[in-house]
Amino acid sequence: MESNGGATDVSSIRSEIETLKAAKSDIEQRISVLEAQLRETTINQQKTDTVSNGTCRSISTVYSDNSHGLSPDMIYRYSRHLLLPSFGVQGQSNLLKSSVLVVGAGGLGSSALLYLAACGVGRLGIVDHDVVELSNMHRQVIHTEAYIGQSKVKSAAAACRSINSSIQIIEHGEALRTSNALEILSQYDIVVDGTDNPPSRYLISDCCVVLGKPLVSGAAVGLEGQLTVYNYNGGPCYRCLFPTPPPTTACQRCADSGVLGVVPGIIGCLQALEAIKIASAVGEPLSGRMLLLDALSARIRIVKIRGRSSQCEACGENSAFTQDQFRNFDYEKFTQSPQFPLPLKLNLLSADSRISSKEYKERVDNGEAHVLVDVRPAHHFKIVSLPNSINIPLANLEARLHEISLAMKEEEKHKGSESSSGASVYAVCRRGNDSQRAVQYLHKMGFTSARDIVGGLESWGRDVDPHFPTY
Amino acid sequence: MDIIERETKARTVDCKSAEKESSVQIRVLFFARARDLTGLTDMLLEVSYGSTTQDCLNKLISRFPNLEEIRECMVLALNEEYTNESVIVEEKDELAIIPPISGG
Repeated sequence: MESNGGATDVSSIRSEIETLKAAKSDIEQRISVLEAQLRETTINQQKTDTVSNGTCRSISTVYSDNSHGLSPDMIYRYSRHLLLPSFGVQGQSNLLKSSVLVVGAGGLGSSALLYLAACGVGRLGIVDHDVVELSNMHRQVIHTEAYIGQSKVKSAAAACRSINSSIQIIEHGEALRTSNALEILSQYDIVVDGTDNPPSRYLISDCCVVLGKPLVSGAAVGLEGQLTVYNYNGGPCYRCLFPTPPPTTACQRCADSGVLGVVPGIIGCLQALEAIKIASAVGEPLSGRMLLLDALSARIRIVKIRGRSSQCEACGENSAFTQDQFRNFDYEKFTQSPQFPLPLKLNLLSADSRISSKEYKERVDNGEAHVLVDVRPAHHFKIVSLPNSINIPLANLEARLHEISLAMKEEEKHKGSESSSGASVYAVCRRGNDSQRAVQYLHKMGFTSARDIVGGLESWGRDVDPHFPTY
Repeated sequence: MDIIERETKARTVDCKSAEKESSVQIRVLFFARARDLTGLTDMLLEVSYGSTTQDCLNKLISRFPNLEEIRECMVLALNEEYTNESVIVEEKDELAIIPPISGG
């Protein structure tokens, strides 16, 4: 660390590790593809052999005579399923002939995919356009640290292949849009929704209605989860239940509201279970009912929900929602929220009411008399904060204005108020939106010198102190 | 089981209405965004006898004006069954307010 040479060594070692890891994962993927190919070829070979040489393949003949067509490997792999009287050979055969598409390889998709691959769904599709990030690891258990920075589809597919190399895994490494959804969804029997935003949920539900596919829908945020099966056996679709999309303010995202990792894991498992029941034609799927998981109080409620609505715009009696209409429907406009949410970037203030994090740092270093107000919620402030900042959440700003005046007076006394203007006020938040709202309010209340730090703590971590934690 | 329950319930309602004719008390359960907006997971709500679920909702919104935000986008369940806004609530009914969540 003390010499430049040392630093170069570390970085060259790191980069070689990265290169080797990438090569390793490529090789592993190639091996698993070849293994699956080999298995298929061997099975075909055995079939041909039994046909062409009936004399010495009597044992093979015995199993291939079984109408289920399960190979010895399959019988062994799925033996615990086959032993279930209510599932048995018929259930497993149905499963092996079925195809399931999982949209989203995130918190819900992780556990759903692992079980769907393991249980022997014949063809398993994965849709995702995102890359694996460190902040995914606590809940998206299908991904490993080695895949951070790589595509989620690739990572999830590799994990599925390593659990079950005998099924077909199909990677759709693209975002689901009205332009490609019909083509992708039409290749599968059942759709599992593991997405994280309202436009995608309406898009997937409508597409399932148009194509007549059952939809296993799960959702999780915070400490709560919801699960139901839409568009199945005369049950409702998403629009029957929620004809009006929720306002943007009501849409909580894991990236903003947080989520306890195991909660989407549980809902994802239940989604796999429902998909398995539909695929194998066993049991009673959760159609016309909704399961509500309250993780904090350990309560699961199942409420009966409405049946199909005759007035539904997608699946109602008089609805003529066609493939063409679907292709031209603007889901982002309908829900007024983005399908691929970029962090919101407000611009409420004039340039002279704002300051960059670098410039703020210079002023601190120059000993400027000032008060830094951190307007994030208190539990955010506890994660990390800038030195000497005071925490007054935006929601409480009105009631706690006097604290700012007080802090300004103290700062002026402390620093000596040689400047006539007194102590200045800066507002900061996580990304630089709430801080602008706060400054707008402060201006109105007479704190005319107040400025916000552009880009919030994120920009501090990026431009001033790379060791400052991001969350 | 169902019949017994209903009979017990009917009796409770009778007793209650005898002593306190004008009102019924129900339990309201909040889920997801409704919890954020009210700061509660559940509460007891007293409404006048013969009130509908819509009346209950109006009363709740007057108490928690923020709930207006999700008024158009929620599933209402009375005693764990889908309900519309014109059903009359009875003593000890459980009204669940379930907005959709979309996180994943």
